[in-house]
Amino acid sequence: MPRKSAQLSSGGQKIEARALTKAYGATLAVDDLSFDVNPGLVTGFIGPNGAGKTTTMRLILGLDSPTRGQVTVGGQRYRDLPAPMREVGALIDAKAVHPSRSAYHHLLSLAQSNGIPSRRAADVLGLVGLESAAGRRVGGFSLGMSQRLGIAAALLGDPPVLMFDEPVNGLDPEGIVWIRQLMRSLAAEGRTVFVSSHLMNEMAVTADHLIVIGQGKLLRDEGVTAFVESNTRHWVLVRSAQLDKLSAELSKAGAQVRPGTDDSIEVAGLDSRAIGELAAANGLTLHELATQHASLENAFMDLTHDSVDYRASGVAA
Amino acid sequence: MTTTIGISEPTVTRPRYRAASFADALHSEWTKARTVPSTRWTLIAAAVLGIGLGALVSALAARHYAQESLSTRALWDPTSISGAGGELAQLAIGVLGIMIITSEYSTGAIRTSLTAVPRRGRFLAAKALVIAGLTFAVSEIIAFAAFFIGQALISGHAPTASLGQPDVLRALVGGGLYGALIGLLGLGLGALLRHASAAIAVLVALVFILPAIAAALPASIEHNVEKFWPTQAGQQVTVVVRGADSLSPWAGIGYLCLFAAIVLAASVVLLNRRDA
Repeated sequence: MPRKSAQLSSGGQKIEARALTKAYGATLAVDDLSFDVNPGLVTGFIGPNGAGKTTTMRLILGLDSPTRGQVTVGGQRYRDLPAPMREVGALIDAKAVHPSRSAYHHLLSLAQSNGIPSRRAADVLGLVGLESAAGRRVGGFSLGMSQRLGIAAALLGDPPVLMFDEPVNGLDPEGIVWIRQLMRSLAAEGRTVFVSSHLMNEMAVTADHLIVIGQGKLLRDEGVTAFVESNTRHWVLVRSAQLDKLSAELSKAGAQVRPGTDDSIEVAGLDSRAIGELAAANGLTLHELATQHASLENAFMDLTHDSVDYRASGVAA
Repeated sequence: MTTTIGISEPTVTRPRYRAASFADALHSEWTKARTVPSTRWTLIAAAVLGIGLGALVSALAARHYAQESLSTRALWDPTSISGAGGELAQLAIGVLGIMIITSEYSTGAIRTSLTAVPRRGRFLAAKALVIAGLTFAVSEIIAFAAFFIGQALISGHAPTASLGQPDVLRALVGGGLYGALIGLLGLGLGALLRHASAAIAVLVALVFILPAIAAALPASIEHNVEKFWPTQAGQQVTVVVRGADSLSPWAGIGYLCLFAAIVLAASVVLLNRRDA
């Protein structure tokens, strides 16, 4: 059997999806997705449950075949990679293991399948803090331990590309902090880290870049900072007994005013300091003056909710 | 490709590595087979059925030999008597072939396996070689152990068979070949149907039920079924005294081999086509 030497990739590897589409019957689970996942960054892949995140990851790994379009890792289809675990480490389903095999033997068999030295199996068990459970049957593992085992499997081949599907599921707070730091350090080493989540706040603290999908369609592909800026709304809640006069003055000063709940208005376009001084200059008494922020989670829900409405009207048209 | 993005001057420097080979996949499948307890238990079940049942039937038949009529004594076939547990043992062997793939589907481990070895033909070929080797070795051990224990129990009560007699060695070696093919047939059925219960039902139907139903058909049809039914034809290599119009031992096992190959080829085609 000829032993081909695999092409050595210096630097990071990109995941590139082009017009990626997967239909299950009449349902489009993934709908014309095009995006790049770049090295050196943690890229959050975010969308509500059922948005097509897992299906997209399965398409990247060649577990499912796309209906149309294609996706490559480092320019190659996953199925054509000479030693896939050396190129891509993936955690898709932490429970996708034979329950009566020990953690060590599970990792050993995976290492052998890609010609990875056996000692890596013990190494990665140490890396994820499971060395004391090496000989235990995987079936008895908690979800958190299974997640750690799945991450150990992903790290076996020391790959430049890592994919994690909802990795914080089932982890305790300590485990969540651990995986955040792990993803950050993997990216800092120049690796491509692609991580899915349905929790916006989790991604806001972990990711550098966001790919947002809803109903299988791409909604946003931008940096976290840009996403936060464009999706965070600020306004000032103002209470006063003289709302009519105040509203008129605020409008004159260029602010947008809309009625709030009982005796309040919501003012955008002026900050609380400007509003306070405007009120004082006009001799108006304020009972409350408070800056409000819409949460990122709300912004994300608004965004993905819009995609549902868009699709519904699109179908009717 | 040298794309550098990010703040910390990222570079992944990686040592050169070799491409994964079929030998790697084979190594992995062997580890997988030997590290689940079900493999051991299924093989122990096969050995208990094959050797134990053979010994029991040998002891009983030997005790009654003296009372049998001359015509019955003329058909006395000590090799088939000591191998009486063979068919049930083969069923356990077939179940092993089924379970080695369907357990991956029922646990979801198939997704992990196909992520590690995305060339699905290679994946199934590695599994097939492991199953063939394991089932051949165990079937061979069962065939010879059952023979020697059975003949020892018959000895002194009735005529015994020995390895030097015509066709006896061929029948015992044939038992290993037949076992390996039943194991492979099980693997193919398991990969096609993806559920253990469905695959076991089909295997039992193929090996036991359909041939038994054929026995109720008119003699001319029955003879053809007996001759060309794949598992019936394959069994010819395992017997010393054969039916009048059955295929020759090697043609029969070749025929079963072809049948198992077709089932396995169909399962590779479907494995490549279906989403995992």
